[in-house]
Amino acid sequence: MSAPLRSRFRPRSRLGLRGLSFHGLGFRRLGLYGFGGTPVRAVDRTARRARLVTALVLLAAPAVAVLALAGGGDLALTPADVVRALVDPGSAAADPATHFVVWELRLPRVTTGLLAGAALALSGAAFQALTRNPLGSPDVLGFTQGAATGALTAIVLLGGGALALPVGAVLGALVAGGAVVLLARGGRQQLVLVGIAVGAVLTGVNGWLLTRGQLTDAARAVLWLTGSLDGSDWSDAAVVALALAVLGPLLLGHGRSLRLLELGDDAALALGVPVARTRGALLIAALLLAAAAAAAVGPVAFVALTAPQLARRLTRAPGPNLLPSAATGALLLVLADWAAQRAVPGHQLPVGVVTGLLGGGYLVRLLVKERRTATV
Amino acid sequence: MTALTADPPSPTSRGWRLPLAATALLLAALALSLVLGARPLSPTAVWQGLTDPAAPAYDVVHGIRLPRTLLGLLAGAALGLAGGVMRALTRNPLADPGLLGVNAGASAAVVTASAFLGLSGFGGAVWFAFAGAALVAVLVHAVGGGRTATPARLVLAGTAVNAALFSYVSAIELVDTDALDRMRFWTVGSLASAQLGTVAAMTPFVVAGLGLALALARPLGALALGEDSARALGSRLPATRAGATVAVTLLCGAATAACGPLVFVGLLTPHLVARLTGPDPRRQLPYCALLGPVLLLGADVLGRLVARPGEVQVGVVTAVAGGLLLLALVCRRGGTA
Repeated sequence: MSAPLRSRFRPRSRLGLRGLSFHGLGFRRLGLYGFGGTPVRAVDRTARRARLVTALVLLAAPAVAVLALAGGGDLALTPADVVRALVDPGSAAADPATHFVVWELRLPRVTTGLLAGAALALSGAAFQALTRNPLGSPDVLGFTQGAATGALTAIVLLGGGALALPVGAVLGALVAGGAVVLLARGGRQQLVLVGIAVGAVLTGVNGWLLTRGQLTDAARAVLWLTGSLDGSDWSDAAVVALALAVLGPLLLGHGRSLRLLELGDDAALALGVPVARTRGALLIAALLLAAAAAAAVGPVAFVALTAPQLARRLTRAPGPNLLPSAATGALLLVLADWAAQRAVPGHQLPVGVVTGLLGGGYLVRLLVKERRTATV
Repeated sequence: MTALTADPPSPTSRGWRLPLAATALLLAALALSLVLGARPLSPTAVWQGLTDPAAPAYDVVHGIRLPRTLLGLLAGAALGLAGGVMRALTRNPLADPGLLGVNAGASAAVVTASAFLGLSGFGGAVWFAFAGAALVAVLVHAVGGGRTATPARLVLAGTAVNAALFSYVSAIELVDTDALDRMRFWTVGSLASAQLGTVAAMTPFVVAGLGLALALARPLGALALGEDSARALGSRLPATRAGATVAVTLLCGAATAACGPLVFVGLLTPHLVARLTGPDPRRQLPYCALLGPVLLLGADVLGRLVARPGEVQVGVVTAVAGGLLLLALVCRRGGTA
């Protein structure tokens, strides 16, 4: 979508979307850009602001990653050490310990965190746009529980090899997601409620699976359920990278359709979006992204829910904000992991604990604040 | 049950058949819960075990079956009634304290107490359960109350609160493996570890909650007509709301402290009761208290039978059954559910 056209779908208030689009339609036919008394320059300014914020967040993420690499752990490194180990091929011979720690332990962890955060956030942004609900993230809609059921089955009942867990998670998420989408038969409200119901059934099943296993299996399963970057290696990063490489462009390419779908099915249809087909394809893409992230790091709570909301508030741009969301999610997950490693001295918390608690707090604030506008 | 569905009384009838049938169902559920189990006992053996300390079944009946049945009775009545009160208070057919996170709040508080303060057993846990349940009840009310609250919005808020509390509970269980071993059965929701002491300790709280809830039936009935009508009928809304919240807290907190966060009993019970009695809370609430235990004990007995010689926790059975009911409700009512 061209910049001036996008700017015309900018709501002046949170509830200002209605009515604007249809006037906009007429003006598009007349070729009059900059409709609605909003000075074009002001719109440009906010659009520029959005791009600037995105660029800043995108730049900040790798910087934070380096910082995270550099910091604590048993081997304390300065940022300079880290940069040297990363860029200087001679450093492997000069300082093998640093090289090993950076390349084999910390870089895979940070990379997996960045990629999984981006994947979860991207998936969450798409889901929120498709359900037109800030709470419509995979955490709430039963897909995560489906992934958990698959993984728990792999761990507890089948003994769970290294490969069985991610495969189980992806299969579980797909089955749960397919069931939700089929049962909901396309309605938005339906999708949310059916997702919750399916999630509730699966939560019961998950609890049962947890009590079936040995205590060691159960502890491993709970660790996975919470979401952890402990022991992430390059193969985890590769799984998410592959999913992002295939599905990311697909979702980003549909940014315009998602933005139009947020206006409502009728409006989107009138503006030339094949609603049913687009929604089906995007749902599957978002579902696969979330499942890939869950397979790598477990269903880290609330990243998919909070990152798009934070990105939306940072850029103050309407629409799903796909790219800013992905950047925010990556940053969020790495920051949370950094905090989780240092929160309790002598104890490495899994990252899901931090995101769960922070996300939960943010969620409560969101719920109370949005009560007045009733957008939730 | 078949007799009831075959010949439903008209909503306004105040005949004697419904109370009689409900009581009969309750007695049947109690009897089944005493008789069926991993080791089937004949009814006469159970009767002897109940009454005669020298009978061979005395230990099984008094040590396992009786506490379990009594716990199911109290917890079922508490959760069923809490669901009915919540439904009337929010005028929302999907308002189940379990679905809205009240039980999860109580369970998070209990797990906190168990892990950090080393408290175990009902007596220590119950106060924390009350605190947690009250906190979430108020939060849900703040979030979902008011004119703008649709059923979907309320349930969504509850699910999100549930998810946050779940991640908190698993965090604690991860850091403290002892707590995981102690709590992983409790967090699913189970009647299996019932003891007579627990039952005795929870009785006063449940009775207080039951009394308060039933006393509120009349103002809640007025509230069902809408806030303005309720005010016109002379109902004091803030007092009604506060009283109902206290009742829900007492009932859910006590039930959760005793047998873990059970979901959906509070959704299933009022839903079934509303079909028998019609929409008036004054008629619904007593039946919620009577039929809640029927559902919970029925689920418990089913869990004991399907996976012999092991058993499926009652929380799993209610979650699956309740989730399926929710699914059916949502699919039938369309987007307005």
